[in-house]
Amino acid sequence: MSVAIRPAVAEAPWVRRFVIGAAVLSLALLLLLPLLAVFTEALRRGLAPALAAIVEPDALAAVRLTLLVAAIAVPVNTLGGIAAAWAISKFDFPGRRVLVTLIELPFSVSPVISGLVWVLLFGSQGWFGPWLEARDVRIVFALPGLVLATLFVTFPFVARTLLPLMQEQGRAEEEAAATLGASGLQTFRHVTLPNIKWALLAGVLLCNARAMGEFGAVAVVSGHIRGETNTMPLHVEILYNEYQFVGAFAVAALLALLALVTLLAKGALEWLTGRRQGVETP
Amino acid sequence: MSTAGIAGLSPAAVPAGRRRAWPRSALPGLRPTLGLTLLWLSLLVLLPLTGLLLRPWEIGLDGVWRVVTEPRALAALRLSFGAAILAALIDLPLGLLVAWALVRYRFPGRRLLDAMVDLPFALPTAVAGLALVALYAPNGWLGAPLSAIGVQVAYSRAGVVMALIFVGLPFVVRTLEPVLLDLPGEAEEAAATLGATRLQTLRHVVLPAVAPALLTGFSLAFARAVGEYGSVIFIAGNTPMVSEIAPLVIVTRLEQYDYAGAAAIGLTMLACSFLLLLLLNLFGRRLRPRTA
Amino acid sequence: MGDHVPGPALGFTQQPESGAPRRGVAVEVSGLTRQFGAAAALCAVDLAVAPGEFVALLGPSGSGKTTLLRILAGLDFPDSGVVRIGGRDVASVPARQRGVGFVFQHYALFRHMNVFDNVAFGLRMLPRARRPSQAAIRERVRRLLALVQIPELERRYPGQISGGQQQRVALARALAIEPPLLLLDEPFGALDAQVRKGLRRWLRALHDQLGITSLFVTHDQDEAMEMADRIAVMRDGRVAQFDTPAAVLARPADPFVAGFLGDANRLECAVAGGMARFALPGLSPLPAPGVPDGPGLAFARPVEVLASPAGSNGRVVTVRPDARGLRVVVAVGPAELEAVAASDWPAPQRGAACGVQVVSAQVFAA
Repeated sequence: MSVAIRPAVAEAPWVRRFVIGAAVLSLALLLLLPLLAVFTEALRRGLAPALAAIVEPDALAAVRLTLLVAAIAVPVNTLGGIAAAWAISKFDFPGRRVLVTLIELPFSVSPVISGLVWVLLFGSQGWFGPWLEARDVRIVFALPGLVLATLFVTFPFVARTLLPLMQEQGRAEEEAAATLGASGLQTFRHVTLPNIKWALLAGVLLCNARAMGEFGAVAVVSGHIRGETNTMPLHVEILYNEYQFVGAFAVAALLALLALVTLLAKGALEWLTGRRQGVETP
Repeated sequence: MSTAGIAGLSPAAVPAGRRRAWPRSALPGLRPTLGLTLLWLSLLVLLPLTGLLLRPWEIGLDGVWRVVTEPRALAALRLSFGAAILAALIDLPLGLLVAWALVRYRFPGRRLLDAMVDLPFALPTAVAGLALVALYAPNGWLGAPLSAIGVQVAYSRAGVVMALIFVGLPFVVRTLEPVLLDLPGEAEEAAATLGATRLQTLRHVVLPAVAPALLTGFSLAFARAVGEYGSVIFIAGNTPMVSEIAPLVIVTRLEQYDYAGAAAIGLTMLACSFLLLLLLNLFGRRLRPRTA
Repeated sequence: MGDHVPGPALGFTQQPESGAPRRGVAVEVSGLTRQFGAAAALCAVDLAVAPGEFVALLGPSGSGKTTLLRILAGLDFPDSGVVRIGGRDVASVPARQRGVGFVFQHYALFRHMNVFDNVAFGLRMLPRARRPSQAAIRERVRRLLALVQIPELERRYPGQISGGQQQRVALARALAIEPPLLLLDEPFGALDAQVRKGLRRWLRALHDQLGITSLFVTHDQDEAMEMADRIAVMRDGRVAQFDTPAAVLARPADPFVAGFLGDANRLECAVAGGMARFALPGLSPLPAPGVPDGPGLAFARPVEVLASPAGSNGRVVTVRPDARGLRVVVAVGPAELEAVAASDWPAPQRGAACGVQVVSAQVFAA
């Protein structure tokens, strides 16, 4: 009888099988099962009621509002993120590390606090509240508040994905472009952007997913006015509190689909570039 | 293009010891991009956080103290921090297991599993909360069998911890993965040639090497969990003094237009979690191997 | 590889419509100082390079040569001092307007562009009014790629070609903007020994053909000696000596240059009345004209130290055959010297006693 020799740095086959099994099982239980539950509950009474819950006017208004908020917040944070990543990675100036820390700060702030800070500024008893009220300008419990809260929670995404990549790529190509007569914008367009485009796309996707899915921060500034200040995640909560479970799960399933598409696209980008895009981890 | 400059060079042409306050750069665009960055950062992050920093003191130090030590707020803070720490601790072995399987082994479905890890990042928290309810409510998929043996997850503290495990897990896995990947296989081989068993190698070679990453993963999972709102409030039941989390207390205060009180609890949360993260960071420096 | 340069030179160097033919320009640097934090990278550097000259900046790492090159290109900025290119003070001229060709140590090719697009980059960045037509750009890029002898690589990407080929692309890209001044940072630093030798001769020939003023940074003295018209030997942010290779070798300006060039042996001695007496036993005194009395330092290259069977002030430590004879390391007193074996001593044995004499040396006051 022959004895199988295994490499000194490998575990016994049964250990290996056990570890894989345990990992698969725990991920399935912890992550996959909840996802499955959302879709199952949404389709509990068939496809028709689920679809009806999505095309109902309040739900459609929520979809529209969610898209509008993301359409404002994502470009702003993309532009800011690109500017920050360019300034920090291509130049030496004092305080760069502090700047990076400050940009990442919103990641470690509770979503509720991310909404609260805007209420403290613009709410009826906020610093600028009375002044705004006198001029009939609404920020909190209106679209601007939703946008601001979303801007805060999605603030670091693009900068966070671009920075490590741009720092790793260094400045040599940009310097070469400068000696060849390229202007700043030309350098960015022809040299920097092509090198970062996939990471940028990944950052924008993640930023967008968070912008459309944010709950806590917008809950604080929304005021839950149906058809007016209700985004999709907030609509889910309202339906759930009114015991309209199929509707709640149907809208939730729509949001879950968005998450799955985002993950799929991110996976495709990673496969395309052979590089893992940072999400929120360092 | 002429060479007349040779003669024209005089000592007076040399500027005397100009000090550089702001480094010049060959690349254009520092001013506009840094200006834009600072504007973006100030308006969207620093200005609103200033409000949080200053508003609580309107009710004075003792006012803040009263708000924060009021039994309901105190219980909520205790729950938020306790559950976040517990959930992050549970995420550690779970995350190590998953990261190890993903990095060290090749098996069918590995890529799918890898992609799934990011799910809590991408899934809106309200959806996660709803999903957990569907699973763990007394009549839910897992809730029904669990309550048959007398375990109640939903509408209790266990539900809070459950939700926080969910949101924190990817942080631990994603922090560990690159470290496990970079771990020099030679160190493990060296240990084997020196007669260490596989378990001894793991204990004395692998674990110390990943310890800093474990700590970082713990910090990130904790930081995310302590402020978590959406995925928790559906499953927690939100019973005051029992399963009510601190962010919910903030929301309640806001609904009563008690801005200063809400800000006081918010500031306390931020201060406590930054303090804890700072301590973890200092501890992490001692863990890290000495390098040049 | 690639020792010869194909017949027709760059057509554009003789283009009459761009005014006077753009050949090399003079470069003058005076009082140039650059600090990095507390450390001085450059310390009051003066240098005047004639039009069309090929100059090597030679020195150990950290001597400030790359900093000097980057300041000339406008990639770094002096704390004080003046840089004139073609007689014009360029202090306020940004890199992109200097029209200086720069070849980076690691080439810095645009990794997402193929070779053709890399070379065409500088032309495509010109303002529309001065930008050549697509056809003219294609024509010029092809001519450049022929000049650097890689016409077949047009469609390849930087990641798909060898280091030597990348080097040629980087050179072609820098030449595309018709620079009157070409700067090369360690042009062969990343290449293996075989490739460098061929490229050296080729680059020198290319320089002679184009007539562009060129400065290159190197830490390899053979490279500097072989290629340069003049060598600026740098040390600690200063130019220790700036002269022709022959002069630098024959008349080093100071002990540093003497010791740095030719791997010279460093010998302590005492100078009195124009004679240098060595501290090591058995070495005959050498004339040291013009050196003041007192302690001195002598530098003797291995070929200036002769080991022979006649005498017993030394002992053979190692023997190494060399193309020009036998190189030996001999122990004299407490020191070990690099020397050559006398031609009448065919087979020195390790451990054998021998006579050691310093035939000639550069002597400086210590």
